[in-house]
Amino acid sequence: MSERPRKIEITDPVEITVDGQTVTAQSGELLIEACERAGAYVPRFCYHPRMEPVGMCRMCLVEVDTGRGPALQPSCMLPVTPGMAVDTTGEKVAKAQDGVLEFLLANHPLDCPVCDKGGECPLQDQTVAYGPGESRFVEEKRHYTKPIPISETVYLDRERCILCDRCTRFAKEVAGDPLIHFAERGAQTEVATFPGEPFSSYFSGNTVQICPVGALTAKPYRFKARPWDLEESESTCTGCSVGCRVTVQSSRNEVLRFQGVDSDPVNWSWLCDKGRFGFEAGNSEDRLGEPLLRDGGELRPARWSDALTAAASALKGADADRVAVLGGARLTNEGQLAWARLAKSVVGTDHVDAQLGDGLPAEVVLDLPGATIDEVCAPGGTVLYLGPDPKEELPVLHLRLRHAAVNDRVKIVSVSPVATGLSEFAAADVHPRPGETAVLVAALFGGDVPSDGVAGVPAEQVLAARELLSGAQDLKVVVGRQNLAESAAVMVDAVAAVRAAVPTATFLPALRRANVRGALEAGLAPGRLPGRATLEAPGSWKDAWGSLPKSVGRDAEGILTAAAAGRIDVLVLLGADPLSDFPDRDLAAKALDAAGTVISVDPFVNASAARAADVVLAAAAFGEVAGTTTSLEGRVTTLAQQVTPPGTARADWLLAVELADRLGTDTKVATAEDLWAQMVEGSAAHAGASTEALADEANVDGVLLALDGSGFTAPAATQVPPQNSYSLRLVVNRSLYDHGTLLSHCPSSAPLSREATLVLGPADAESIAVTTGSPVKVTAQRATITAVATVVDSVPRGTAVLHHNLADADADGVDPGRIVIAGEPVTEIRVEAG
Amino acid sequence: MPEGAATPELARVTSRWAVDGSHTIDGYRSSGSYAGYESIKAALDMTPDQVSGLVKDATVLGRGGAGFPAGVKWGFCPPGVWPRYLVVNGDESEPGTYKDRILMERDPHQLIEGCLIAAYAIGVAQVFLYVRGEMAHAQERIAAALNEAYAAGLVGKNILGTDFSVDIVLHWGAGAYIVGEETALIESLEGNRGMPRLKPPFFPAAKGLYMAPTIVNNVETLANLPWLVAHGVDEYRSVGTEASPGTRLIALSGHVNTPGVFEVPQGTTTFRELFESEQYGGGIRDGHHLKMFIPGGASAPWFFPEQVDLPLEGRVIGGEGSMLGSGAIVVMDETTDAVKACLRVVRFFARESCGKCAPCREGTTWEEKILQRILDGHGRPSDLDLLLDVADNISPGPYPTAAHPDAGLEAVPFPPRQTTICPLGPSSVAPITSAIRRFRPEFEAKITKRDSIPVSAAPAAPAPTPTAQGHH
Repeated sequence: MSERPRKIEITDPVEITVDGQTVTAQSGELLIEACERAGAYVPRFCYHPRMEPVGMCRMCLVEVDTGRGPALQPSCMLPVTPGMAVDTTGEKVAKAQDGVLEFLLANHPLDCPVCDKGGECPLQDQTVAYGPGESRFVEEKRHYTKPIPISETVYLDRERCILCDRCTRFAKEVAGDPLIHFAERGAQTEVATFPGEPFSSYFSGNTVQICPVGALTAKPYRFKARPWDLEESESTCTGCSVGCRVTVQSSRNEVLRFQGVDSDPVNWSWLCDKGRFGFEAGNSEDRLGEPLLRDGGELRPARWSDALTAAASALKGADADRVAVLGGARLTNEGQLAWARLAKSVVGTDHVDAQLGDGLPAEVVLDLPGATIDEVCAPGGTVLYLGPDPKEELPVLHLRLRHAAVNDRVKIVSVSPVATGLSEFAAADVHPRPGETAVLVAALFGGDVPSDGVAGVPAEQVLAARELLSGAQDLKVVVGRQNLAESAAVMVDAVAAVRAAVPTATFLPALRRANVRGALEAGLAPGRLPGRATLEAPGSWKDAWGSLPKSVGRDAEGILTAAAAGRIDVLVLLGADPLSDFPDRDLAAKALDAAGTVISVDPFVNASAARAADVVLAAAAFGEVAGTTTSLEGRVTTLAQQVTPPGTARADWLLAVELADRLGTDTKVATAEDLWAQMVEGSAAHAGASTEALADEANVDGVLLALDGSGFTAPAATQVPPQNSYSLRLVVNRSLYDHGTLLSHCPSSAPLSREATLVLGPADAESIAVTTGSPVKVTAQRATITAVATVVDSVPRGTAVLHHNLADADADGVDPGRIVIAGEPVTEIRVEAG
Repeated sequence: MPEGAATPELARVTSRWAVDGSHTIDGYRSSGSYAGYESIKAALDMTPDQVSGLVKDATVLGRGGAGFPAGVKWGFCPPGVWPRYLVVNGDESEPGTYKDRILMERDPHQLIEGCLIAAYAIGVAQVFLYVRGEMAHAQERIAAALNEAYAAGLVGKNILGTDFSVDIVLHWGAGAYIVGEETALIESLEGNRGMPRLKPPFFPAAKGLYMAPTIVNNVETLANLPWLVAHGVDEYRSVGTEASPGTRLIALSGHVNTPGVFEVPQGTTTFRELFESEQYGGGIRDGHHLKMFIPGGASAPWFFPEQVDLPLEGRVIGGEGSMLGSGAIVVMDETTDAVKACLRVVRFFARESCGKCAPCREGTTWEEKILQRILDGHGRPSDLDLLLDVADNISPGPYPTAAHPDAGLEAVPFPPRQTTICPLGPSSVAPITSAIRRFRPEFEAKITKRDSIPVSAAPAAPAPTPTAQGHH
């Protein structure tokens, strides 16, 4: 089976005998694991190392003697005890294995030639290895309609199901979405959904991966390939910043499937569906296979030499202070370094920002003492969660946090403007008014609590959360951007409040863009240089790069404001789509319209490029370029090139090197590895992450960049005006399936995005006499939009929610970008029945 | 029609069966072999340990099937761990077993008082009475009795003015035989699908309902407690044998003249007495003679005429390769088709398999299909060995069977070894090995001389076809 045996450290050794050989095992570990490590693989179907054992399939029966005579026992349920003698191959065991396989095959259709699992099927493989040669079952097999969809993506063939409880256990234990279950009994037992409730879990694809037969299949891969035709390499998913390890599988130069790899510090073999099926975007017919130039108002295909000349000449002729680069979090570490050098040294501008006003300043990410996912989830710990809804933005981090809280006694104090996926298992779940998070966080660590509460949170909730935090050793803080309708300064203030109260606290920055951490490490932020150097303290980069910008430049909001005012002559969109991603869509549109030459480097023509790009450089996408990436916790892992880019699309790093060359700078770079070597040489933090080190077996889970920063200094606190009692404070958050460029090009995932509505709490809804489905009018300082209301209990009074980027950028869309004003600490709206 | 005990002296739990209105609190107080709700008063005057000691000294054996001493089971609760729960197993559903149903229907207060005594002894404040889904009458009687008992201050807060408080909750099952298995019953009570838990690692007494210490006792076991407290250990042990003292209920069915539930002394009554005595079975149907009988529920290996003089004593029967189990005895005379009888029992287990583990789920169904095929005239000579081997893959090694005097086979003691989680799958093996070893020629006749054997006129209803449509 595909699961890696778990690596363990033996702290409490016991000696047992496996097939006559004495081996050392960890006291209390499951016998099936001990046998496997001892080289005696025990066949199994229901056992999965990341789930509770159930002992259902009976395939792992071995003969065990604990002093009372040998008896057949399921090795997946039996903890090892000293002196245990185990026979995994004897006559009785072989007979039992024969018997179990014959039973499992009795009702299993032999449609292997047309089954997607054929060729990688544990039932097939183990039947060959351990089973009887032929079946004595001459009766008619069970019949069901095959297959039935149990969700938009997953299909269930009940005839093939061997009822191992893996999918159902996963849904309940791991995902927390118990939407599939056994129904009926005896030989009629089947996996079923509940009436009217599809298996709509963000994690449903994992059930397909762990299904030991072909009972569960996923739409994107059904009938696409045979396993023996697949070529594969291990890589890292770049759907978000968690850094899940995956196997990328392709056939005939087309990526066809991701399978999760069990990386112990990260994803434990799980993937979210957005990541798992995200490869579809790469195969889209809308992918750019050649560069485009705007000609008479239209973007038209062009030759590379013309497109690069157009880009280079725009950059060459511009005043460096009037050139800006937005984006870069999509790129590999190498691409980021190449573009950082092009922008900051060759062109000489510091108006560079990899984030689009939806993240946190670089100093919050790089200048605080860091915490890893494993440290945050360490058993028995306490976590202050100030990040976005992890289920929507960082799904596999959500799974790790859920496991920590449910299984490992981790107390999570979750602070967020509205309920999140964490709410159901957080030890405390408090919802301060938007904009007032810092005030609440300060109150969680001390001071008087007024009887009417703090920041809208009742006093008893504040005190209960304070109690949980008061005994915390090694407080871990997860911080991110919770609300795009308030400024990032609100979260910076909250961090400052934690630092003031608990100087030893460590931080996990929860920013969602795939390689945003790498972009900041590469210097794609104002005032920053690679390897955490700054313009003030450039270190060796001064010599390596020659010239550097003279003063600290603008961030994304500053760049767009300047562009809107006509002060940007060349705007480079490095895989960025400000029209869709920047919280203030109005400003983004003005900036694009008023900027001089707009150069888009992207695998697609995104909304911003379609509106304003003069040059579009076709870039290679995931799976088409080798390199490295850096996860949110600072884990550098490899990215594999599995297929070639469409047409003549090129790697981002290559484009930067080419442009630098045309601008007269020889970067001495011939390969992506040359770039990474420059990074490793120039950055102390990256010293252990060389190409050679990453190839070392010991670093199979990547190399962690230590973060012992202490450079964070608290800025002056942001002043938030008091809430107008007739207004609601707006929360703009994200949902997993939005209208992002890549997701829009995934045929399986794109239809899953929900309808954009205004979400209200029951009290506010009642006061304006609206219910779910009612039309409402939302009035803000800049615009009025109409929407449909959704009323849910989890939104506190005085707060309303819109989701970012669920509506297309047309004039009538329910788009918070039309009302959020960049730079305002909070956004207030009035809602009336419309 | 005889039922209950043969003499009034022997009537302990059946003493009110013939009394009108005995299911009401007044009826319970004013009739029977002891005064209703006086025993709990007496128990509350003792310490809980004294009450447990009473049960232990009397050797009250569990009446659910395994025959484990109740007092010893209670002692398995880890000391100092609360809350604890008492769960009453009223999910009696094995074919031929109907003693608990009558106990609950006719004397519900006896069970309630038994629950109170046990709860006091174990240290339980919450009792769950799990009654099989199909037993509507018993459920209604218990519900009414509980209402009366609550109103009378006998259940609930501060019982009889003491600081002993206990709540009894009636839970209706949904009709699954496997829920009679104690861990499956606990799963069902928790609101989950009724599927057994694997033991080890946890036994219910240590980690049961809601992972708290839980004692699961049979209805009849608890129904014995009021009489025991009223009459004392010596009188309890005055009938029965040293190892199996007291009386027990036997549900006698099949080809006897007067089937019924009888209260008999444990260990001293023989099958012959039970079948032939006018106070009990009243003899095999007129003009017929005994062919075989199931001595202890459908999962017990069959017995034959040569075992008829054995006493109803768990250990003796175990030594002969079967079990007394829940005390359900099914008598079959010579008109019985052994193959059909075998199919009947196997089909029961196939349909009641919970589906959790592969050997039981697939194996029992396969056994049923082979037997049906043989009966339908499509058997193959290899089918008997196939049946035995399928059975062996569910329960490896020699399966317990009664010794056959001619074949010189030695009895194999119960219980069998199993590849399954719980004993349901292996239970299906009992009728197969019993029938084939004893009546192989009958099977062979159906297979090889199919022309001369009338194919059963009306084949048994086919298994329900799975729902073909999806859920969307």
